[in-house]
Amino acid sequence: MTTTNQVAIEATGLVKRYGNTTALAGVDLSVPTGTVLGVLGPNGAGKTTAVRILGTLLRPDAGQATVGGYDVVRDAGKVREIIGLTGQYASVDEDMSGRRNLIMIGRLLGYSRAQARAKADDLLERFELTDAGERIAKTYSGGMRRRLDLAASLVGDPSVLYLDEPTTGLDPHARNGVWETVRNLVLDGTTVLLTTQYLEEADALADSIMVFDHGKVVASGRPAELKAQAGKQSLDVRPAEPAHLERVAAIVAESVGVRPHVDVVNTLVSAPVSDGTPMPVVVRRLDEEGIAVTELALRLPSLDEVFLALTGHTAESRPQDAVLEGAGR
Amino acid sequence: MSAATIEAPAHAARRSRPFAWVEQSLTLAWRNIVRIRQNPEALADVTFQPIIFLVLFLFVFGGAIAQGGSWHDYLPFLLPGLLVQTVVFSTMGTGVGLNDDFAKGVFDRFRSLPIARVAPLVGAVLGDAVRYTLSIVILMGTGFALGFRFQNGVGNGVLALVIVLLFALSMCWIWVWLGLKLRTAQGVQGVAFLVMFPLTFGSNVFVQTNTLPGFLRAFVNVNPVKYLVDTMRGLMLGGDIQKPLLITLAWMVGLIAVFAPLAIRAYRRRT
Repeated sequence: MTTTNQVAIEATGLVKRYGNTTALAGVDLSVPTGTVLGVLGPNGAGKTTAVRILGTLLRPDAGQATVGGYDVVRDAGKVREIIGLTGQYASVDEDMSGRRNLIMIGRLLGYSRAQARAKADDLLERFELTDAGERIAKTYSGGMRRRLDLAASLVGDPSVLYLDEPTTGLDPHARNGVWETVRNLVLDGTTVLLTTQYLEEADALADSIMVFDHGKVVASGRPAELKAQAGKQSLDVRPAEPAHLERVAAIVAESVGVRPHVDVVNTLVSAPVSDGTPMPVVVRRLDEEGIAVTELALRLPSLDEVFLALTGHTAESRPQDAVLEGAGR
Repeated sequence: MSAATIEAPAHAARRSRPFAWVEQSLTLAWRNIVRIRQNPEALADVTFQPIIFLVLFLFVFGGAIAQGGSWHDYLPFLLPGLLVQTVVFSTMGTGVGLNDDFAKGVFDRFRSLPIARVAPLVGAVLGDAVRYTLSIVILMGTGFALGFRFQNGVGNGVLALVIVLLFALSMCWIWVWLGLKLRTAQGVQGVAFLVMFPLTFGSNVFVQTNTLPGFLRAFVNVNPVKYLVDTMRGLMLGGDIQKPLLITLAWMVGLIAVFAPLAIRAYRRRT
């Protein structure tokens, strides 16, 4: 297979305006077949608008895009044959059971009754929803609901999958479940475009990342490149006893080689590091001196820090734009 | 880099069959029926409401309006009219339901599937035919229990019920269109009441039109509800139906010809 030189999703110069608001101001992107593109950005950055255009739900005002080689406007029907969509929109029917939702989609896609039932049961099992299958979707927990949404987008065995903020609002356990599913799909050759507000998520899943801000791509690259561009990670140590603050700062300084920042108010010592190598040293030294800590973490830069580094401003959430984006249905 | 086309999965072939859109519409109609079964309380507008309306109007107005001065004499006049009012009112539920589907993102799921563009709309309308039928059955059942009888043969009576159902299926395209056009379900409901009240009360549903002042009579004479009611009364009780039936059929064709394309266009445009 020559997957590396085939493109599943390609867009050039996508523009979308809602009245005076420009949701997308000329976006180019290209996703090789069988890879994951993470689109990172705050609310209102244009992530959802881009996904809706690539999912044939929205026509761009300018620019063009192809998915699987088909134009999203002219060959929208062909595009719909190969895509799956999961997100804040493209929801399941809350007033039906999870199983009936999946059967309905199977029937719409042309499966026979028996095939649609088999496919539904198969997906319910795969997403650990078999026991809840006959329950109305309204009664599902957030994590179950997200899994059902994902299952619904997989009924047609799509080769290109869009996931719009698939884990926003999920607890860590449910989030890990979604991540695991995405990884398995990619192993099977599915191309995934994922939007997220969490650098951690993009880092965990994506082969390459694009950062959106105000409808534009402000940075792109492999996760490691982006993190290097965005600034260093930080090593945070929080002693159990405030009295140990000085001692901890000294240990960190020795291990890392730079003077850490000491936050007396929050009892936190943090130092910039380029990778996790000083971590074991710090742990050993703390153990030797018998200092108990309540927190010891290697922290990725937050979305805010990435934004500050890449755009010179923080990733302030702009509720006004978010509303406009939502209202533009 | 070359953008080689990705092949559609094998099950796609079935969808290219000529009447795939009919199957898809029926699947989506089935969905609406399943929803009704799981949310029976949402049926209040087509179950209890017709009964309450019939009993209220019959006993409040019966004595004052009927020629003989008793509700027994008013029932044959009122029931065909109230049947039209009930069914016409229940058509707006179609628009409210569609708007809700859009708001909740269910329609975006449908729109992202490779199915006929008309299927979700036709499915919604066909599914609602069940609601309309239910309201007809309940209202007629209550009417029969109170002593109403078809006076022009059962065949004509049943024909009347079929015509009122078909009228509802034509008229609901207005609400499909508005349901897609207006932002919120409340908005749809607001517009619906503005239209429904003059249409049903400004008519011969409750009274003979010769009691009305001139301006209102002029309105009633262009109101399709009047002709549908005349058709109902003619078929259920006897009397000339040729003219009202023709006008009713013309309205049905006209409503579909205008509002179904508008609705489909709104569905495509709604982004």
